[in-house]
Amino acid sequence: MTAPLLVGDQMTGGYGHTTILNGCSIALAQGEIAVIVGPNGAGKSTAMKALFGMLTLRSGSVHFEGEDITSLSPEERVSCGMAFVPQTQNIFTTMSVEENLEMGAYRRREGLGETMSQIFSLFPVLKEKRSQKAGELSGGQRQQVAVGRALMTRPKLLMLDEPTAGVSPIVMDELFDRIIEVARSGISILMVEQNARQALMIADKAYVLVQGANRYTDTGQALLADPEVRKTFLGG
Amino acid sequence: MEILNAAVALLNYVIIPATSYAAQLSLGALGVTLVYGILRFSNFAHGDTMAFGTAITILFTWLLQSFGMTAGPLPTALIALPIGIAATSALLLLTDRAVYRFHRKTKAPPVRLVIVSMGVMFVMNGLTRFIIGVKERNFADGDRFIINAAQFRHLTGLHEGLAIRSTTAITVVVAIVVVGLLFWFLNNTWTGKAMRAFSDNEDLSLLSGVNPEYVVKVTWLIVAALATIAGVLYGLDKAFKPFTYFQMLLPIFAASVVGGLGNPLGAIGGGIVIAFSEVSLTYAWRKVFSYLLPEQFLPHGIAQLVSIDYKYAISFIILVVVLLFKPTGLFSGRSL
Repeated sequence: MTAPLLVGDQMTGGYGHTTILNGCSIALAQGEIAVIVGPNGAGKSTAMKALFGMLTLRSGSVHFEGEDITSLSPEERVSCGMAFVPQTQNIFTTMSVEENLEMGAYRRREGLGETMSQIFSLFPVLKEKRSQKAGELSGGQRQQVAVGRALMTRPKLLMLDEPTAGVSPIVMDELFDRIIEVARSGISILMVEQNARQALMIADKAYVLVQGANRYTDTGQALLADPEVRKTFLGG
Repeated sequence: MEILNAAVALLNYVIIPATSYAAQLSLGALGVTLVYGILRFSNFAHGDTMAFGTAITILFTWLLQSFGMTAGPLPTALIALPIGIAATSALLLLTDRAVYRFHRKTKAPPVRLVIVSMGVMFVMNGLTRFIIGVKERNFADGDRFIINAAQFRHLTGLHEGLAIRSTTAITVVVAIVVVGLLFWFLNNTWTGKAMRAFSDNEDLSLLSGVNPEYVVKVTWLIVAALATIAGVLYGLDKAFKPFTYFQMLLPIFAASVVGGLGNPLGAIGGGIVIAFSEVSLTYAWRKVFSYLLPEQFLPHGIAQLVSIDYKYAISFIILVVVLLFKPTGLFSGRSL
């Protein structure tokens, strides 16, 4: 087992007086796909925000490549090699597809063309629509723009908050394929997913959160096979 | 022949004055819309920013003139303009540092920033009057006309004269160049794209590594340049008086809201709509009609729809109507 890339240890926190995360721990290694699943209100997205520094932790810590990054801002974490695709408002709607991608490379402009052609080969439709405004694209294409923008920062870890929310099942399958492809190129992926069954199928590691705490942790396949997980979270 | 005379009268009294007024309003509205897009508040101090920039430019114009320096056929103010822009930039950066930054850091709601900008407006108002006084100043020099009415009549043999003042031509040319430069900057440079990204989706632009303080600083510099240029062009074309510039706030806001706040293209469209409405509604149409209609159909009055005293009411009514029926503006900016 290689040293973990990202570790969120015993994270506790929430908004105002409400506590959403109760000692939740998430870890993943280089090149892995990890998914966080769980019922509504379990704190899945909040756990993502905590890992990315968009939520101040009351206790617990976050380490990235062995460094303590608990007190770093989201922008500083981007410089460390983390990229985050929010669930909503994850593209610049008034800017062209190409400009959206360029903004991802705002801080690392060397090798811009090369990275962009990699992203165009991953998402060919973006190349086709490169000069179109991102806000005019379909839901699935917007998600591709959002993922593409995040990949332009050349991250070591890509964090996706419900990337398939609101897209059709066909587009969803395609997005999952692309995500696997990204992972094969050596970028670790951590994502929150509503479509638990499909997410677990591609997950090297899966976390089932309930009320802000870890309920089950195992490989995706093992959780899919677990009768209790099936019964409680996958509808039998 | 009569139709030609009518067309010339229309050009001379409506289209040409409205075009130069539209250019001035558009430059003003661009400043307002940029502040709204990036700093997310309606900047009530914009009219007085224009007045301040113009006042400094006038002072340096006088200084240059006292050295015997002029720009030949062009107004001397064009040489003094960069100094006016520099002084205004300094004032705006200082204001941002002393006033707006605090409210930005504390994530003040837009309405608080609007009120704050009104405070800034009063201070700038006083500052400008303190520097140059309250009187009306004419500072245009150089050639007055490209073609005057008598020359035009002689040239064409038409009864109606057409005068193109050099300040009008300068206004339009400068406005086109400035707008062209601004759009090139916003669409083709990293800083310009960062500004658009920041305006579009602030959180995501931060995730992309855009530094908000840098974007804000660049915005103020551009706004200073736009405001000073707009103010100087208006002053050259008409006259400079601090109170008039304060009043200009209404048509300028109307222009930026009509076009869609936060949308630079809308600011220009809005400027054109407001300027042409104001000029055509306050123009006495009898002269144009007199060439087109037979004697018995001519209106008895001067055929002026709205008295010139009510010209600000026109901007106001357009503003209210747009806010009622299409609050995002004709070119779909951000809703207020």
